[in-house]
Amino acid sequence: MKKRFAGIDIGSRTIELVAVDEAGQIQASFQTDTGFDPIVEAQKLVDRISFDRIMATGYGRNLFEIAFDAPTVTEIKAHARGARTFFPGGRTVLDIGGQDSKAISLFENGKVKKFEMNDRCAAGTGKFLEIMAKTLGYDINEFGLEALHAENDLTISSMCTVFAESEVTSLIAKGNKRQEIARGVHASVIRRAAAMISRVSSEGEIVFTGGVAKNPCMVAFLAEKLGRRVLIPENPQSVGALGAALLAADMN
Amino acid sequence: MSEDYQSMWADLGLDLEAHDALLSVLGQAYQDIYLTQKNRPEGMGYFDFVMSEVHGLRIKELLDEKASGRKIIGSYCVFVPEEIVLAANATLVGLCSGADFATEDVEKLLPRNTCALIKSSFGFKIGKVCPYLESADMIVGENTCDGKKKAYESLNQLVKNLYVMDLPQVKSENGKALLKSEYKRFKQAVEKLTGVSTTAETLKKAIQTVNAKRAALHRLSSLRKADPAPISGLDALLANQVFFYDNPARFTQSVNKICDEVEKRIEDKEGVFPKHTPRILVSGCPQAVPNWKLPMIVETLGAVIVGEESCVGERGTRNLTNDSGKTVDEMLDAIVDRYFQVDCAIFTPNSDRLGHIQEMVDAYRADGVIHYGLQFCQPYLMEAIPVETALEKENIPCLRLETDYSMEDIGQLKTRVEAFVEQLR
Repeated sequence: MKKRFAGIDIGSRTIELVAVDEAGQIQASFQTDTGFDPIVEAQKLVDRISFDRIMATGYGRNLFEIAFDAPTVTEIKAHARGARTFFPGGRTVLDIGGQDSKAISLFENGKVKKFEMNDRCAAGTGKFLEIMAKTLGYDINEFGLEALHAENDLTISSMCTVFAESEVTSLIAKGNKRQEIARGVHASVIRRAAAMISRVSSEGEIVFTGGVAKNPCMVAFLAEKLGRRVLIPENPQSVGALGAALLAADMN
Repeated sequence: MSEDYQSMWADLGLDLEAHDALLSVLGQAYQDIYLTQKNRPEGMGYFDFVMSEVHGLRIKELLDEKASGRKIIGSYCVFVPEEIVLAANATLVGLCSGADFATEDVEKLLPRNTCALIKSSFGFKIGKVCPYLESADMIVGENTCDGKKKAYESLNQLVKNLYVMDLPQVKSENGKALLKSEYKRFKQAVEKLTGVSTTAETLKKAIQTVNAKRAALHRLSSLRKADPAPISGLDALLANQVFFYDNPARFTQSVNKICDEVEKRIEDKEGVFPKHTPRILVSGCPQAVPNWKLPMIVETLGAVIVGEESCVGERGTRNLTNDSGKTVDEMLDAIVDRYFQVDCAIFTPNSDRLGHIQEMVDAYRADGVIHYGLQFCQPYLMEAIPVETALEKENIPCLRLETDYSMEDIGQLKTRVEAFVEQLR
């Protein structure tokens, strides 16, 4: 009987579960909202598949470790491992999730060389974009596209989520176009992400993972800002879980 | 701690209720962080005792010294020369600055964006919870960073016995001349306080006492080169912290006793962590008691700290003072020479520090360096980037952390440190 390995990424917004076979081929992939009881949600996902070993990552990994007696790995190593299966030559990874963002550079063999993480607030994360989309009355899934349709640039200077929200509110009150404000919000997150990437690597393609990689405006701005090619894996949100599953398989 | 100390603390003017609360938090933290460690050297029992009596028996000893005519001098910095203090019949103690206390009241006097160490020193005064500060006959402030030197202007409103020492910021002839004149002025101030004149004999003895204490720590540091690590970074940091509080001779003896035991462990190839555990050098801001946040995180995530490039560590104790002088003046010169080598980030440029970090990485066979910066500590945070760049050029992994005494960023810090440890494996 062939063995199966699973990886679970318990993030602040969503939980992803990926199962792979011995060859590292994806056999199953599920996602759910984290809610307020991550372990209950994780249990529901875990019950849907069978596996020989599971490894946990994400901010909830230690909760999972205790509840399921499973090994854990940081998001940094998990995303690095996952990203490389899609783009074996990739040397730089940007992961923007719900609650934090990280830039990672890799050695040729895929080992983590250096990483940077955002500080202890929501600035520059998916949560920031989500709050701004809400303030502007956009659905998060259309936010990026709308921003791309803007004709003019507009600068949002506050990085703090709370201050940026008031800044956006006052821009609305001044009669600025919604799309242009949306564009400004995206540009401000990209400035931060680009600075973080530049601290870990100066050239080459960037593999963009995490939920925010699904936003077309973020992808376009990132490529433009850094003048580097940006590669998006299939289903970028599950890259961490895939990485954990592959690392679970590596333990064999 | 026993009830007997309540009246002693009350006499010192401590806020007993707040002080009890502090001691209970401190005791619990020590229990959780220190006493849960496995396979510690037995000699650490001495430091467990010191910590359990840090506001009790040690304060009683200091008050007994005072009763017999000795003076107590409190300090916040490794630039205050203990040799000069001891030679004029006084005792030097480090003052509390390693935990948040009465923060809201502190922020009435200091801006919010002041480093945790300075805020803490104010908190312990305003909250009336530091028996060392209240026992001190003289409190020495020193013009190191801008934060500290301006804060002393405000501290002067809170205490009546503050003495401010000026310090150079450049390692030039002028800088050295300034340090010398300030040490002379300090010597006179201490002599005036104690009424005792320094003689060549008392100064020589003082130099030897302090050197012995440093040499004991050198011996301990040197044993940390072994793999498996024979002592945890937490325990070694504690020894470096107690250096500032304890009776010098007893401290020296206790550290040497631990070293005897640790040598035996190395012979038996015994360690507190398995062989090949990733080894980390911590470099940067001082970690004062009870700031055990970083080593606690590092050592519960599967790495071991093998050295501290810090004021509470080798920056503070690296050099000995030459004791070959015949006269007070000659020995004062030797003291100036010794302290002028301290590679504090208030100096510009401060290139010696970079060399020392690299030497320590080699000596302790560290796999990586964590640069520890207190939030808003401009001098060390400014140096963090050049330190990282220089280490990376040598292919030495470096993680820059910026934090404070609160626990709110612990999850973030753990993820960073854990990822760094993964990187070192």
